[in-house]
Amino acid sequence: MKKFEYFDVTADIGFKAYGNDLDEAFENAGLAMFNIISNTDEVDAVNSISFEISSEDEVSLLYDYLEELLFHHEIDFMLFSDFDVEIKKLADGYSLNATIMGEPIDWDKHERKTEIKAITFHMMDVKDSRPFELQAIVDL
Amino acid sequence: MTIKDNINKIRDNVYEIPGSFNKKMRASGRLYIDDESFEALEEGAIEQIVNVACLPGVQRYSIGLPDIHFGYGFPIGGVAAFSMRNGIVSPGGVGFDINCGVRLIKSNLTLADIEEHLDELTEKLFKNIPSGVGSKGKIRLDEGEIDKVLDYGAEWAVENGYGWPEDLEVLEENGRMVDADSSIVSDKAKKRGIPQLGSLGSGNHFLEIQEVDEIFNEEVAKVFGLEKGMIVIMVHSGSRGCGHQVCSDYLRQMDKAYKKYKIQIDDRQLACAPLDSKEAQNYIQAMSAAANYAWANRQLMTHWIRETFEEVLGKSAKDMEMDIVYDVAHNIVKMESHKVYNREEDLLVHRKGATRAFGPGREEVPEKYRAVGQPVLIPGTMGTASYVLHGTQTAMDETFGSTAHGAGRILSRSQAKKDYNPDEITGEMESKGIKIKATSKHVIAEEAPGAYKDVDSVVRVSDSTGIAKLVAKLKPLAVCKG
Repeated sequence: MKKFEYFDVTADIGFKAYGNDLDEAFENAGLAMFNIISNTDEVDAVNSISFEISSEDEVSLLYDYLEELLFHHEIDFMLFSDFDVEIKKLADGYSLNATIMGEPIDWDKHERKTEIKAITFHMMDVKDSRPFELQAIVDL
Repeated sequence: MTIKDNINKIRDNVYEIPGSFNKKMRASGRLYIDDESFEALEEGAIEQIVNVACLPGVQRYSIGLPDIHFGYGFPIGGVAAFSMRNGIVSPGGVGFDINCGVRLIKSNLTLADIEEHLDELTEKLFKNIPSGVGSKGKIRLDEGEIDKVLDYGAEWAVENGYGWPEDLEVLEENGRMVDADSSIVSDKAKKRGIPQLGSLGSGNHFLEIQEVDEIFNEEVAKVFGLEKGMIVIMVHSGSRGCGHQVCSDYLRQMDKAYKKYKIQIDDRQLACAPLDSKEAQNYIQAMSAAANYAWANRQLMTHWIRETFEEVLGKSAKDMEMDIVYDVAHNIVKMESHKVYNREEDLLVHRKGATRAFGPGREEVPEKYRAVGQPVLIPGTMGTASYVLHGTQTAMDETFGSTAHGAGRILSRSQAKKDYNPDEITGEMESKGIKIKATSKHVIAEEAPGAYKDVDSVVRVSDSTGIAKLVAKLKPLAVCKG
């Protein structure tokens, strides 16, 4: 199973992320995202950050999760390469606990690719298929 | 039958999508575009014009400008105005980069004055103005200071020694939207904004040293202070992570609001709220705060540009007459008064990838330009020309005083990377006498001129339809890219 792949959109970039369960698909979406910004193979998992979010449905959960990753990238000035996600179904939606690991940005060490401005809702999708498949387009 | 078969050409370079095309349409659609671009235009972008024409309170036309292309919800290169009585506001009608815009700084220098210093100028500008992914601005804000940036915009910058008081007179809105309220802006947006203030960003944002290459209208050029052979500096940048977060925050809120207020939309990304709702008012105040951030950002960069020229050329910026010509916002929503069926009405005008092009006499235009209309700044892409135009009465009559904002991508980034080799692009530029500094080779390939629509045709259509008239062509000499 591929972890993720990219698809073309004219002004921006889209990705699909796969997983044997929803947790793994979300983890691979994190990898897809940080390989747009840099190359995660060069990012050592030395520092960790944990967060919890809750959202009304699976698509909103994906949006909020990717946004949280972008937020930590920008304000903690870090790149991430290791994602541990646990999603729980609640009565009125979903909760997500994540521990993400990476290291402070060092452009002498890390490849400098593209800035992600924002996550879009465009064509955003969560498919409960086997494997699970997530789809997102980010604004560059 | 395709959507294009339903569109009528009403005069050269102007097409109309009749309001009868779709039962839900509350206004017609208009496209300012040449025949070639019309043929090439993706149907999705036309559908977006139609979708916008279906929103409550939309006035006259949902408009596509010469650089129209597919966006998220609203098209990019689009304008739509809504009634203050029964209209809506939509974050999708502004976009993620709130007050992404362009600033032009002039000088009394010519190429002869800077030619031997051009390498040094380019290197130092690149160093002094942070750019690219994961870059931090040079200033450190105190916790409470970000609120002042959001509330006062460029005024905050000038009060803190970044720039000259007279700079404010030649910025759209004088660099400050008075409706801004920093207390409405989320902590997340502020936290993203604090480290990035005073940075250029990446992608299509740039800083260029340019030369005035051609004057199309001597009289107006004189009013704008432009002469052939003059060295000018152009900055294209926006509100950074702060504005992106404000947009994201309100996309989520509006996603709930449109359901609550039972507004029918055909695309979730058109999510909006009635103007008299709390959600709408909060968005307008937060959007205005993010717009102020962008004006403060471009003001800081202006200060460092002047300092860099002073350092390299050994003269003061005042002696080099490095005055701002103008500063335009091309992603913004504003309350403006426009004629609707011969009556002046207050409207909420959404411009997404569109430049205000107010014509002669409007009080929003700085006094020294008021007789000829506001300067309209249309940036090119890496290595291509940029243009100065002026606003017109035709724009006031037809497009809510608006015109195009730039070139618009036609190739995806990955296609551009396949098609172009960054070293060859750099070599081609250098053979034309253009220097490039970028944070990575990726950005040079991704931003190759061939990845964009030809900006010359965009300004030609603006000019021929009269929604902004050509004043001057600016040729790049050095480009700094994030």
